[in-house]
Amino acid sequence: MDKLRHIEGSIVAIPVNDIDTDQIIPARFLKVTDKEGLGKAAFCDWRYLEDGETPNPEFILNQPEYRGASVLIAGNNFGCGSSREHAPWALLGAGFKAVISTDFADIFRNNSLKNGLLPIIVDEETQRQLFSLAEEDPSASVSVDVETQTLTLPDGRALGFPLDGFAKYCLLNGVDQLGYLLALDDEVLAFESANPPRVATTA
Amino acid sequence: MTQNGKRRTLFEKVWNAHIVREQSDDAPAVLYVDLHLVHEVTSPQAFSMIRERGLKVRRPDQTIGTMDHSTPTTPRNELGIIPVADAMAAKQLDTFTKNCADFGIPMYALGDEHQGIVHVIGPEKGLTQPGMTIVCGDSHTSTHGAFGALAFGIGTSEVGHVLATQTLLQNRPRTMAVNVEGRLGEGVTAKDIILAVIARIGIGGGTGHVFEYRGEAIRSLSMEGRMTVCNMSIEGGARAGMVAPDETTFEYIQGREHAPQGADWEAAVASWRELPTDDGAEFDQEITLRADELIPMITYGTNPGMGMPINAAVPAPEDERDVNKRIALEKALSYMDLRPGQHLLGQAIDVVFIGSCTNSRITDLRQAAQFMQGRKVADSVRMMVVPGSQQVKKQAESEGLHEIFRAAGAEWREAGCSMCIAMNGDQLEPGQYAVSTSNRNFEGRQGKGGRTFLASPLTAAASAVAGSVTDPRAMLASSL
Ligand code: SF4
Repeated sequence: MDKLRHIEGSIVAIPVNDIDTDQIIPARFLKVTDKEGLGKAAFCDWRYLEDGETPNPEFILNQPEYRGASVLIAGNNFGCGSSREHAPWALLGAGFKAVISTDFADIFRNNSLKNGLLPIIVDEETQRQLFSLAEEDPSASVSVDVETQTLTLPDGRALGFPLDGFAKYCLLNGVDQLGYLLALDDEVLAFESANPPRVATTA
Repeated sequence: MTQNGKRRTLFEKVWNAHIVREQSDDAPAVLYVDLHLVHEVTSPQAFSMIRERGLKVRRPDQTIGTMDHSTPTTPRNELGIIPVADAMAAKQLDTFTKNCADFGIPMYALGDEHQGIVHVIGPEKGLTQPGMTIVCGDSHTSTHGAFGALAFGIGTSEVGHVLATQTLLQNRPRTMAVNVEGRLGEGVTAKDIILAVIARIGIGGGTGHVFEYRGEAIRSLSMEGRMTVCNMSIEGGARAGMVAPDETTFEYIQGREHAPQGADWEAAVASWRELPTDDGAEFDQEITLRADELIPMITYGTNPGMGMPINAAVPAPEDERDVNKRIALEKALSYMDLRPGQHLLGQAIDVVFIGSCTNSRITDLRQAAQFMQGRKVADSVRMMVVPGSQQVKKQAESEGLHEIFRAAGAEWREAGCSMCIAMNGDQLEPGQYAVSTSNRNFEGRQGKGGRTFLASPLTAAASAVAGSVTDPRAMLASSL
């Protein structure tokens, strides 16, 4: 994972509550055995017309002025539903670096942080302001500082946001959690010798 | 079992017993995983990750694989083989076979007599037991909580972590007691309980929490009914849902392939009896529903929280004061092509799907078959019955249930996720309406443009016969 310290980018809003991971990446794209090419399929059923190829001109991400947006502002409870990590892979593939919402589904938040996609929680008031700002001014941009956990709005106002300390450490240093867990081998062995396996699938 | 005099919940007991390293200011807790279930869709990138780092699977003996999501459920050919027409699905299945073989993980391949939906085979084989930690790269892992296990879905990176280390980094969740008091009426099932719970708390209502389902109605459910309830915990935002183990649990497990035997069985049951929440232990939140007030439930919208009693009217967006919720409801009704104030009873349907990890076990099939006996699927309806596993299929066939379904005009198919996820050829056509016993009615979930009403197997069967959304109680009464 690359280090993630700072994000600066223009915003685009999809003001819909409860956007589930089936919308972010429909199941028919989950037959891949790698992470490539999922960006094209992000929000596929909203983004393309019936034929699955022609961009739907109505959909916000297809409007030229929002093409370069890298920060998504979404309705409440973003990323609910399936545990598919293909959701953050698809969002990253589509050029997003952060998603702002009032809250995130647990598994989606965990998956995102493991891939360097930053879930940023704001209050409803800020969310509403960002919705209107994004609509009024497609060039409006925000900046995010991971170290200080601050989101700076287009009007210069800086807001703090919560971020799990360990996830932050991993983002700032570009390390993943597997290394941490592998280093605990002695503790795992001790646990295993005190707690014999409950089942043996190979038996 | 109080520890240092502190009264503890079922969740706390299981959580505490699996801590390899305590949560601190610097890092989440490190939790040991007793059983890791893997399937073809969310594992390939995890296997690649451990391969790239030259790692092994730490405990193949605590890992089990099955093919379920991308597998077709079309009947076998003359060679007894289930053909895979889709090249990408075939590649994914081959990759899975190779990964499991390379790392020594036992796996049930397509067509194997033990293959099936991952959340059906764990309990079926006796692998799912009280007090265990169970994970899988699948959000409906919550199903296994019906046994008093702490079971939850994880992402693919985490699948890699568990493969390599048998542990996971987890922040401790909060707890919510979901009390369901009283008794269910005739024709009202476990599925109706959970749809009512989710309609009440909303799709994000349980975020950050583990549910414990309690109360008389839960205690009187069979294990399969409890699995149906726990299965959909995630649709209320909770990663896990649990039911305290009791005699019903022990009876279900005893004698299964991986159940403890002899003296080990006695010891295991004794330890499982210590698991239920101590009297007076505190939950972070609590809600209560009356089972005797429930009637069959159905969803009208595009998330499982948009559910209502089957005889109710579709809500009107203008009555919704929260602007975000109003927009969501408008969008849902437009996708579903339903009018505010409309009743769903009598709404014509095209497809009925009985299956998925929510409702594809033998009791679900028995219930539906009993209802279909001597009845016919309406001409306008395609009805698919998809058993959750090859073992469920075999059992159903030994009871003649497949004959009942076929005689009624329904399709009897091979085991798998099928139309629950529509990535295996089984799917709705754009615009079609389905009554489904699965767990998600998201836009396009059962096929692009498809429209899903979630309901119980009984409601699904009654609707198949009538050709429209139907309250099964009316027909149950007429068959008495
Ligand atoms: S049946 Fe549906 S919900 Fe269950 S594991 Fe399969 S795809 Fe997921």
